[in-house]
Amino acid sequence: MTEQEFSSGYEQSIHRMGRFWMSAALLVILAVPLSISIYFDAWPAAGPLLAGLLPIMMIYVPIGIIEVITFSPMLGSGSTYLAFTTGNLTNLKVPCALNAMEIAEIEPGSRDGEIISTIAVATSSLVTNLVLILGVLLFVQMAPVLASPVLQPAFENILPALFGALGYLYISKNWKLAVVPVTLMLIIFILVPTAPVGVLIPVSALSAIAAARFMYNRDMI
Amino acid sequence: MDDYRNSGFLFFLGAIVALFVTAQSIVFMRKAWLEGRRAGLPEEKMRKAVFTSAVFTLVPSLSILLTMLTLSGALGLALPWIRLSVIGAVTYELPAAEAAAQAAGASLMAGGVPVSVFSVIVWVMTLGIMSGPIFIIAYFKKLQGKVNKIKAEDNRWGALLISAMFVGLISSFLGSSLAGGLISILTLLSSALLMVICIQLEQKAGLKFFKDFALPVSMVGAMALAIFYTGLLGG
Repeated sequence: MTEQEFSSGYEQSIHRMGRFWMSAALLVILAVPLSISIYFDAWPAAGPLLAGLLPIMMIYVPIGIIEVITFSPMLGSGSTYLAFTTGNLTNLKVPCALNAMEIAEIEPGSRDGEIISTIAVATSSLVTNLVLILGVLLFVQMAPVLASPVLQPAFENILPALFGALGYLYISKNWKLAVVPVTLMLIIFILVPTAPVGVLIPVSALSAIAAARFMYNRDMI
Repeated sequence: MDDYRNSGFLFFLGAIVALFVTAQSIVFMRKAWLEGRRAGLPEEKMRKAVFTSAVFTLVPSLSILLTMLTLSGALGLALPWIRLSVIGAVTYELPAAEAAAQAAGASLMAGGVPVSVFSVIVWVMTLGIMSGPIFIIAYFKKLQGKVNKIKAEDNRWGALLISAMFVGLISSFLGSSLAGGLISILTLLSSALLMVICIQLEQKAGLKFFKDFALPVSMVGAMALAIFYTGLLGG
């Protein structure tokens, strides 16, 4: 099968399937607050609802859209539909998919990448689901262990622990691509250490793309 | 006080959400597996993707579980379980819940919240994260078409574009970790060093385990070192 044939057949059906499941997911997700309000007869007043929602939406509406644009080319179609239902993209699903493609020695964005990435995200979603169910069932036993002060530095530093290894893996292979975004991000974070990383991901990605295009046009890469 | 937050009804809702996520994951896994088989992708590669992804997911899942625990103090166990099973993230749920609680004149820090505040929180947490899924339903097919077009026109640039996006993502986290204090910097460097060691062990000593599990080994090792550094330098 050629990539072209794969694209037309699989892509069409995965989008159909993805839209169906994503719409169903939205209904299920919305049914939760609706059921709670009906069951407990507790409807939120418009004032507090809007006051709570506005600041959150101002940040997370753009982030939600930017995440789709940034992550979907890396993840591929099937895993995008799945990852955006199950969440935890930057800290789990995207690194998991890229790690699986790296181990399989497959390029992200390719036909095989699409398949491996979907399998990785599906597995990851199932495992997280299972861990959370076990957490609910064994709450009394697990809570003191997870919350122990000794372990807190480990969980507080999970992102540096994840992105140090991933950073080495990808930047050693694409170091020319990394010079501009790493420098830019370092400057921004040194000047504003509390800058929200979610907002800066697209800035960093755009700077990397611009640098890549510049070098590509001049045969430097 | 906490009866409604841990009521059977909320756990029933949680079970439905968990079941839905499980069903969707299995359906997509099956679809990809069948396509992989048709495309001639070796089954061994697909099986390995399942195994390595499952192992990799364990530790980040524990950190998600920790968020569930943090939120459970004020919201009970069922709602954080529901919210962390679907779209959202560790970094979203806590600020969203706190913003909603404050808007309703309460705070998560104060412990259990009355059902009127709980209702505001659950609506805000749900509605605040809808933009990604809605955007996907409306525009993702078109967006993916554009990406495919770029790849079809110039495959090398298409591949480079995706690499650049990923390097951009990593760079933003590198920047934030490097500016996050000494322990964060040491953890980042340790993780990178452990990855180098894993690669060497695989390439020089032929230990294949270290190729397949380089990422979880580096991550867990660096997290353990973060505990050590904190003890050494004082958190």
